[in-house]
Amino acid sequence: MTDASPRRLDDRNDVRVDHLLIAKMVEPNSRVLDVGCGDGALLQLLATERNVDARGIEISQAGVNECVARGLSVIQGDADTDLSDYPDDVFDYVILSQTLQATRRPKVVLENMLRIGRRAIVSFPNFGHWRIRTQLMFKGRMPVTDSLSSPWYETQNIHFCTVRDFVALVDVLGARIEKAVAINHFGAPLRVTAPWWVWNMFGEQAVFVLSRK
Amino acid sequence: MTVSQRASVLSEADTPHSLVARFDASSPLAMDCGIDFAPFSIAYQTYGVLNAERSNAILVCHALTGDQHVANIHPVTGKAGWWETMVGPGRPIDTDRFFIICSNVLGGCMGTTGPASLNPNNGEPYGLDMPIVTIRDMVRAQAKLIDHLGIDQLFCVVGGSMGGMQVLQWAATYPDRVFSAIPIAAAARHSSQNIAFHEVGRQAVMADPNWCGGRYLQEGVKPEKGLAVARMAAHITYMSDDSLHRKFGRKLQNREAPTFSFQADFQIESYLRYQGSTFVERFDANSYLYVTRAMDYFDLAADYDGILAKAFKGSKSRFCVVSFTSDWLFPTSESRSVVHALNAGGASVSFVEIDTNKGHDAFLLDVPELFSTTRGFLDAAAKARGIHQVHGA
Repeated sequence: MTDASPRRLDDRNDVRVDHLLIAKMVEPNSRVLDVGCGDGALLQLLATERNVDARGIEISQAGVNECVARGLSVIQGDADTDLSDYPDDVFDYVILSQTLQATRRPKVVLENMLRIGRRAIVSFPNFGHWRIRTQLMFKGRMPVTDSLSSPWYETQNIHFCTVRDFVALVDVLGARIEKAVAINHFGAPLRVTAPWWVWNMFGEQAVFVLSRK
Repeated sequence: MTVSQRASVLSEADTPHSLVARFDASSPLAMDCGIDFAPFSIAYQTYGVLNAERSNAILVCHALTGDQHVANIHPVTGKAGWWETMVGPGRPIDTDRFFIICSNVLGGCMGTTGPASLNPNNGEPYGLDMPIVTIRDMVRAQAKLIDHLGIDQLFCVVGGSMGGMQVLQWAATYPDRVFSAIPIAAAARHSSQNIAFHEVGRQAVMADPNWCGGRYLQEGVKPEKGLAVARMAAHITYMSDDSLHRKFGRKLQNREAPTFSFQADFQIESYLRYQGSTFVERFDANSYLYVTRAMDYFDLAADYDGILAKAFKGSKSRFCVVSFTSDWLFPTSESRSVVHALNAGGASVSFVEIDTNKGHDAFLLDVPELFSTTRGFLDAAAKARGIHQVHGA
């Protein structure tokens, strides 16, 4: 597909910023698995704009139904238990978008992603963002923000991490960081040359592309 | 049972109220038991119109006690078709858009050759002289019908329970002839527990003195009591504990107090007796033996070195696998292993486990999530196949 270019992607103002960011990281015509694909919005974007062979896993029946109705191949399943069933190296990219913090065993999930895909793309909310730090510091309460709006006793998010925590885990996994982007409160990417502490302070979300060393 | 009903069951086996495709000795069916079977007939129904490209045909595969009357009044019972909620104008399997075919399975009793059909060699019903049928034999017979109709590739093969087994067999045996597949509440093999339930049913039939060693049609009797008991036992397995309890609980049937006898005091007893008695009016006892046996023998992986993924390796078909939370006869775990095999084989697969308390029978009932999943999957597949929206709309 000749029209599946990043330029065309930039014209899309109807999609989420992090989805757009991820879509730009995916090579056209590749095989993609989106883990925790929700209603399939990202998969659909990738299928139409990047012509990928799009597959997904989603835990909710409503999400799976929406995906199936969009013509996507999506399996009702759980990132924590069902990734181990996939053979090695079947995907070019395995994507985990805003889901890592909701998994029971994030390290095992990442290991599986790197096993079944050549690359893993992970986006997550940065718990080291200054708004979160100030809430904890001055209120002494678990932070509640626009993007993390549930109180601690109701949230699905059980394994928060900061950008620095994530980088440390990547090191433990022995994986390579091919690319990393942090976006601020307004959805704009931070300067690539900024040091980690700036990202950890001002990045509200981060997106990493990982591969096996 | 009235005399006319008794006559109609027998006549449906040989002169069905259906379209019939006949295959003579020039086109025998190579059966798994080693027999080249001929002649044989396939009774079938169609709905909708085959398009000029012959690309919009959907084969519906029926379950154990189903038949080809998917969406029309049943010729014996006078009741509505067994899947009218799913198949019809504007329904998820839309007869305004698709050409729908459903044939009675090999070994059945509604016009496709089975134990109640006349054996041309001696002019008597086959009875136990009918060769043992497998799911693959049923599918081979259906493929002959599809050839006969001049259709190269089916747009979709869909079915629940034993129908889902046929769907999986179709996808494995004829991958190029299946554009998409929807196995519902199915499994790639019959479990030990399922074989056990079937054996109870068969023993009930064969313990009825009227079974006469399978020659009851020649003797002018029918093993109605045995077949009714088989149906009663099987019917329990189609429902969940929860749905039974909601529907019947411990409620008494038309009485204020227990009678201290073995009458059908409880509503559930009365219901099961009714299910048993209506079943024998429309179903042949030997067919019940043959078709349950076909399910027992089904183990798709066994034909592929025990590795189910090999059955679907390189498959280009799109799959939509559906299971139900309260189905303990074909539990979600069975569907999941099919999904894993499809994934391992690199096939395009969607899977949804629908939350319902209706048990195995949910695939036949009014379950909106099943309809929306089917509709969405078929719409997307039709788009990919280049099948246009409703004719003239």
